[in-house]
Amino acid sequence: MKINNLVAAIVIMFSAAWLPTEASARNVIRWASQGDALTADPHAANELTTTSAARKVYDSLVYADKDLNFIPWLATSWKLINPTTWEFKLREGVKWQDGSSFTAQDVKFSLDRARAKTSDFKKQIDSIENVEVVSDHLARIVTTGPNPILPNQLTTIFMMSKAWSEKHEVAEPQDFAAKQETYAVRHAMGTGPFRLVKREPGVRTVMVKNEDWWGLADYPHEVDELIYTPIANQATRVAALLSGELDFVLDPPLQDLERIKRTPGIKLVQTAQDRTIFLGMNQAREELLTSDVKGANPLSDRRVRLAFYQAIDIDAIREKVMRGYSEPAGMITAPSVHGHTESLDKRHPYDLAVARKLLAEAGYPDGFSIRLDCPNNRYINDESICQAVAGMLGKIGVKVKLSAIPKTLHFPKVKNQKTDFYMLGWGVPTLDSHYVFSYLARESTWNATGFEDPKISGLIDEIGVQVDFAARDKAINTVWEHMKKEVVYLPLHHQVVVWAMKDWLDVPIVADNGVRFIYAKINKP
Amino acid sequence: MAAYVIRRFLQALAVMIVVAFASFLLFNFVGDPIDNMVGQEATRVDREAMRDSLGLNDPVAVQFGRFIVNLLRGEFGISYGLQRPVAALIGERLPATLELVFVSTIFALLLGIPLGVFTGIRRDAWSSRLILTLSLLGVSLPTFVVGILLIYVFAVTLGLLPSFGRGEVMDLAYWSTGLLTVSGWKAIILPAITLSLFQVTLILRLIRSAMLEVMRTDYIKFARARGLSERVINYGHALKNTLVPVITVIGLNIGTLVAFSIVTETVFQWPGMGFLFIQAVGFADVPIMASYLLLVALFFVGLNFVVDILYLVVDPRLRKQHIAAIGKRG
Amino acid sequence: MKWLQRQANPYRWTGDWSQLLDGDLAYSFGRSPATVVAAGVTLIFFIAAVFAPWVAPHDPFDIATLDLNDAFLPPVWQGETGSWTYPLGTDGQGRDVLSTIVYATRISLTVGVLAVLLAAVLGGGLGLLAGYVGGWFDALVMRLADIQLTIPAILAALMIDGIARLVLPAGDQDVLAIYVLILAIGISEWPGYARVIRGVVMAESGKDYVSAARVIGIHPVSIMLRHILPNVMGPMLVLASIGLALAIIAEATLSFLGVGVPPTTPSLGTLIRVGDDFLFSGEWWILLFPAFALVALVLAVNVLGDWMRDALDPKLR
Repeated sequence: MKINNLVAAIVIMFSAAWLPTEASARNVIRWASQGDALTADPHAANELTTTSAARKVYDSLVYADKDLNFIPWLATSWKLINPTTWEFKLREGVKWQDGSSFTAQDVKFSLDRARAKTSDFKKQIDSIENVEVVSDHLARIVTTGPNPILPNQLTTIFMMSKAWSEKHEVAEPQDFAAKQETYAVRHAMGTGPFRLVKREPGVRTVMVKNEDWWGLADYPHEVDELIYTPIANQATRVAALLSGELDFVLDPPLQDLERIKRTPGIKLVQTAQDRTIFLGMNQAREELLTSDVKGANPLSDRRVRLAFYQAIDIDAIREKVMRGYSEPAGMITAPSVHGHTESLDKRHPYDLAVARKLLAEAGYPDGFSIRLDCPNNRYINDESICQAVAGMLGKIGVKVKLSAIPKTLHFPKVKNQKTDFYMLGWGVPTLDSHYVFSYLARESTWNATGFEDPKISGLIDEIGVQVDFAARDKAINTVWEHMKKEVVYLPLHHQVVVWAMKDWLDVPIVADNGVRFIYAKINKP
Repeated sequence: MAAYVIRRFLQALAVMIVVAFASFLLFNFVGDPIDNMVGQEATRVDREAMRDSLGLNDPVAVQFGRFIVNLLRGEFGISYGLQRPVAALIGERLPATLELVFVSTIFALLLGIPLGVFTGIRRDAWSSRLILTLSLLGVSLPTFVVGILLIYVFAVTLGLLPSFGRGEVMDLAYWSTGLLTVSGWKAIILPAITLSLFQVTLILRLIRSAMLEVMRTDYIKFARARGLSERVINYGHALKNTLVPVITVIGLNIGTLVAFSIVTETVFQWPGMGFLFIQAVGFADVPIMASYLLLVALFFVGLNFVVDILYLVVDPRLRKQHIAAIGKRG
Repeated sequence: MKWLQRQANPYRWTGDWSQLLDGDLAYSFGRSPATVVAAGVTLIFFIAAVFAPWVAPHDPFDIATLDLNDAFLPPVWQGETGSWTYPLGTDGQGRDVLSTIVYATRISLTVGVLAVLLAAVLGGGLGLLAGYVGGWFDALVMRLADIQLTIPAILAALMIDGIARLVLPAGDQDVLAIYVLILAIGISEWPGYARVIRGVVMAESGKDYVSAARVIGIHPVSIMLRHILPNVMGPMLVLASIGLALAIIAEATLSFLGVGVPPTTPSLGTLIRVGDDFLFSGEWWILLFPAFALVALVLAVNVLGDWMRDALDPKLR
């Protein structure tokens, strides 16, 4: 008897699968990109793919909209009530996806959580000293010193429900030392436009529309379901797009853009990104780790760095490696970032003869050998760019050994200062030069050049607290000029992001490469 | 007899312990596990504290012991990259691989057996020779080349079948199956064909050579003399006798299947064990790699053990031989 | 079926080459067109690999000669930019595809041949010892061989390679990759050779001449070698040819998966992996020619090996 029941059950299930699914009044968007979010815990990993995913389920106090303007979100207004205290008025009537109400308690809880020992965002908001709950919809943030741009720094700090987090024992961001995976790694509950239905890391993430989202009136998007698949293999990703299995691809490979353009039913949109790709050179070490030069560090000589710089034919890279989709850079930050100037963004000219002469002047007429460390799965065509760079440096006698490895191995190398010459890309969520300076122009875990100048550091500190914007801008400009003159870094290009999507889908492209489906328009025939 | 079984079992156990130790070394000493666990701003004091709390400063023997106990309890550690217990990950991905291997074996049998019979009974026809040479193509075409080709033709150019993934899956208790949905079947066809090609060659040749041998035996001649139709002879009598070695060989070749499934899964983004492993290699995700090593070793040692026992049970001659051999070696 | 017409023992060879050419082996070789073609193809590949610097029109790894502006040129018969300078086109860094294929074949064959040699020496040595010493050593070696026979080369190679990757310092990985691969693939193929040699050793070691040698004071092993070698030549050759094809595919697969030879000294598998990214972009030559070369090479070796097996195995005649 039992067997019969089993067979019956299987037959029924099978037939059910054959039945046509409900009429497609539902808008399902199947989309993909190269990597997956590292976790669903919004405070555990400060990385673009992860924060972008978090932004769909969770809301922040301040939002970076599609033009990267900072607009009120869960906070409706904010003001300084004294030089070190910001007061945030919170939106009323916002409900968590489990039905409970959003209050200032949740704000305090979330900001404390984001500053916890195991949070990856604590550096971003380390100016916060304390958070006070004034009433259900009023919160005060006390900072250690004056911080004029605090609201800008809150766009990727997401709000979590205190009650939910405590109930599921995730009051602290995911802690790797614990042997159990925490609940927040695969589950999320926020106030945001989508609910997380299923998360299979590395395989698929499914989200559905949150019909009770407070922002639906202003952003009446029609996306009912989002199915995300990470597809690392470039050819597979393109194949799925061309065959119609995907509706949206965040990072179509550059070499296939022409073909995608020619394919009916699919369109491309592009824009300059706020991320710049550059090379870092260690100029502080006594002796390089990976070079055949003993007893001296050739990169500590400005002429050698400049020689490297002028040996790079960035236009050839742009045309052949990036297929025209990049903007050669003279600064390590993009045009959309405050503090960028056209004049400083002009590169030193490409000139092999001058480069060879500089090297000879510095005492290396026959060049030397060195290792270049690059990621191979993080930036657009990162490995190919490095191969091209290695080839170009070879022409002036510098023998480059290339080590292109996954980002999870490359970034620790940089952060642990185990590299002489490396590639890095820097995006700027706050859209202000101070963000770049604090990580790259002074001692920090992300600065493996060894560059540290007390005068510059002093200027950076001043920039951090300066409320007179004219003086602030002048200081910013001074720092940039110094960086360029001293060739502290070797800028390559500003990335251009291209998104591919079906013709019936309209998602405006955003310069931080974070896709915001709340702006999606669907024009299905 | 019992002595033989116990001996084999102990040998298997010894091998497993060696592999476990290798896996343990991998786990704890290759690539500093702490580096992967703490955030970028951890200080040296923090790291030492974490080392202590994880027991990394205890003597090696103690750590190994703990490792074994954990293994037996089913705790395989937490993946660095996916931050989930490896055991859970493996449990999730295993059905995908097993289904793929199963379906591809069926395909290989469906294609290989008839072809093998045909080339066996018509061994000198030029069509036979052609099939044989073409079959060499089956083992000469690397799996990934076939996969890429199939995707290009069937998924992109013709748009008939999906180019990645498993399609819709249904969850039945611990097993998530793609075989109960239309999209699941559509998704499994191309990967299964890719994986089956080299098996087809193997099965084909095996059946062919077995058929050649059987066809010369006396009882087939007598069957013909009795006037039985060719079809009955070929499929009824001859084939039955070839199946035992075929099954044995397929069983022993499961290993190759597992290996090539890694490639197939990578090309088709099939969320199985192989793909998990490759992703782990790219991520330097030591817990997954070490666990995979262990599981694979366990699988093969277990397989060998089972085959040994089966041989002993099935072939009485072996039993006698082994006893004699053991006696001789002393 | 005999190798040579006039000997009683089919595998005993007296060193007379003319007998070889008159024998059945050569006869069956000439009769099968597929085999002749295969042999020719294999020869071409080997020559190209050994004499790569002379055969290839360019040196694709001399960075000084590369020009990024020459990247993505199509083969000579296509488009306006195809030219005889780069007959099969160029890849993404400006390297001539024909030259990269020649050098990549060199790498693929080097890994393949050395891996097979390693397997033969390792397996042969272990088999010899096991057969001669016997006892628990023999049991241990055979047990290991049994287990390893079920573990496919690719899986074993993947494991060894993965571990090596973690253990070796990052900067040297590229240079050492070839050696790791040879080691990995070679180690995974030894059981076959061990079995063959052990079998013959065990058969011979009971014979009278061995005891006689011991009495005289000559080491039995050196005597046995003269009797063993002719007996194992046939099976070893068959194993080697199959093994070579397997090794080439294993290396190609590992390189395709990204854990083999790096793009700076690519093998055919690496070229295919890199070319895969251009499957849909219109630069088909970067993928197609290396893939074709790989398949042709492996197919040729397989056909040769197949013929050899048929020729040396009396049962299938």
